[in-house]
Amino acid sequence: MQELKNRLIQLISDGTVARVIGWKKGDMPYNPEPACFSTVEELEDFVYDGFCGANLSKMMIEVANLEGKTAVCLKPCDTYSFNQLIREHRVNRENAYIIGVGCRGKLDIEKARKAGIKGIEAIEGVGIEGEGDVTFKTIYGDKAMAYSELLLDRCHVCKGKDHMVYDEVIGESKDTADSDRFDDVKKIEAMSSAEKFAYFQNELSKCIRCNACRNVCPACSCRKCVFDNTKFDSQQRANVDSFEEKMFHIIRAFHVAGRCTDCGECSRVCPQGIPLHLFNRKFIKDIDDFYGEFQAGKDPEAQSPLTDFTFEDLEPKQAVGRGEN
Amino acid sequence: MYTISKDNLNSLYAKIASSYDLFMPIKKAGQTNYGFWNEDAEADIETLKTVKSGKDAFFPQVETLYNVNKTIIPADVAASDDAEKAADTPIKTKLEVVPGKFVDQDFVIFGMKPCDVRGIEVMDNVFLKDFVDNYYKSRREHGIVVSLACHAPEESCFCTVFGIDPADPSKSVADVATWIVDDKLVWKPLTEKGEALTAVVKDLLTDDSAVDSKVDAEITSITEISKKLPYANLSLEDWGAGKTDEKFNDETWSKIYQGCLGCGTCTFVCPTCQCYDIKDYTTKNGIQRYRCWDSCMYSDFTLMAGGQNRPTQLQRFRQRFMHKLVYYPTNNDGMYMCVGCGRCVEKCPQSKNVVKVIKAFENKK
Repeated sequence: MQELKNRLIQLISDGTVARVIGWKKGDMPYNPEPACFSTVEELEDFVYDGFCGANLSKMMIEVANLEGKTAVCLKPCDTYSFNQLIREHRVNRENAYIIGVGCRGKLDIEKARKAGIKGIEAIEGVGIEGEGDVTFKTIYGDKAMAYSELLLDRCHVCKGKDHMVYDEVIGESKDTADSDRFDDVKKIEAMSSAEKFAYFQNELSKCIRCNACRNVCPACSCRKCVFDNTKFDSQQRANVDSFEEKMFHIIRAFHVAGRCTDCGECSRVCPQGIPLHLFNRKFIKDIDDFYGEFQAGKDPEAQSPLTDFTFEDLEPKQAVGRGEN
Repeated sequence: MYTISKDNLNSLYAKIASSYDLFMPIKKAGQTNYGFWNEDAEADIETLKTVKSGKDAFFPQVETLYNVNKTIIPADVAASDDAEKAADTPIKTKLEVVPGKFVDQDFVIFGMKPCDVRGIEVMDNVFLKDFVDNYYKSRREHGIVVSLACHAPEESCFCTVFGIDPADPSKSVADVATWIVDDKLVWKPLTEKGEALTAVVKDLLTDDSAVDSKVDAEITSITEISKKLPYANLSLEDWGAGKTDEKFNDETWSKIYQGCLGCGTCTFVCPTCQCYDIKDYTTKNGIQRYRCWDSCMYSDFTLMAGGQNRPTQLQRFRQRFMHKLVYYPTNNDGMYMCVGCGRCVEKCPQSKNVVKVIKAFENKK
């Protein structure tokens, strides 16, 4: 962490960059926040630890338009999102100085809460080493959990330790994958239509339409979202109605199909713990099956299968069995 | 005070639900939120904080205000012989306004924490003080609030900063105060409404004067825990009524808003946010006029015909916290529009929240 911080201080001091997009120390041991640092003094509060899960690439859409270069700290999986934004001409690569930061898996405080840990005063073992036990000092006594038990779901299907785009890399990364990316999708595919519907209705009925999933999503980078159109005559503003259960998330998943890098931010930020990434991952799996393996954001020059037509492309009826189940 | 064994709580819920709609914390797909109890529901009063507060009980996220139904009256028969004349004959339509329903049956909100109960007081000032909102009023008149003390407060809690007592719901505006002591739920009616509800469930309750000292011990225990919480000493000294000019133009906002996603998570989990939007939806034969929660964090919040609203996220972010900590207290005898429930502390996707805002200004000094 100190090496990274020193480098950022240097970059600001020698004028290489005008500002840094990184994480600022929180007031709890688990809540660092995405922030913009413009001076060495402000960088005093810079932090990089196990709770820096937020993907900062989307912040660059706006910030990279400011005068001067902006340094941005991106973890390996975040760089896929950044590449995709380059691909879509939504971010100014020339104005970005990308620090590829090492990542050994990021943590989900909800996992601790689910395990009954509360009244947290301090947390030890959440440094960038990403190993061993995490100790929670709480007003109800000390509790320990393995670092690996606290990982965000997305880290269990880690895309690997390589940064797809960077100007320099600081720190070691580790591939934390320990399960198959499509296991959960396959489980749902195996359900009957009625079971699938019941599963998603149960999950999506929790949706409060806060739009956190959309607003955090690097693929949702439209200047104005169709759902923010005040002339859109639907019941979509009647948030928490059946619209969420049946339409909103499906429409969004379609809209980001072929562009979603599977960064997992949608599920990380959902206040209701809805596994939204499953929709996107189903599309990714289908795209892989139908058009050959494709990872959005791996190569900013690559043509997306869904925007690339060939006569060999399969017909819709080949993709979807009609009237089955 | 009365008691009922925790093992017997499902009978209590069933008994209440036989006479009233029962709105209480229910676990569904891994999360606990308020919902209507039925026999298949998984009641959950162990989880301290429901994801959303219980404010939906009085101010639901969506409600229909009224429907307008249009009926076309068939054109004059005589005119229909002459095609040209028929085309010129104005079509007659009848508009019928069908008002939304006011709540007219008593219902019970069970397990509400003292912070959320204060949230009701905050909303009362908005919906009942000057302009009376009849939809809200009907729910307030018919809602019976059973408040539950916070057995084990969490680190994100800071209700005591606003003078709320998490240990003793009998100090709140609830109708019944309850505590969990050992393996019992302790039940103490506070108001006439509370007495009426108690009468309905009396068969299940035991008159238990021996429990008084245990409740006292529970109150002491919760009070002691609350003092140890990390936000217990948060200072509001610099906030409140009359601070508009001083705070509004402060440079601090331009730093602390950065990274805000402009989502509505904080707004929608908050027990005191009460802004709403009114919209029309075109139905087959008319319109449905509904209102739904809105968020000042949204880009189209209070968007006017002339395109006027707050165009930047900095302005929207400032609005939310100024409303809670300055404007509302200015208009409501110093009462804050925050109850320290800490939901935004736990749920903000970018880990921004009202506590960090308060502290950001504190650190400046």
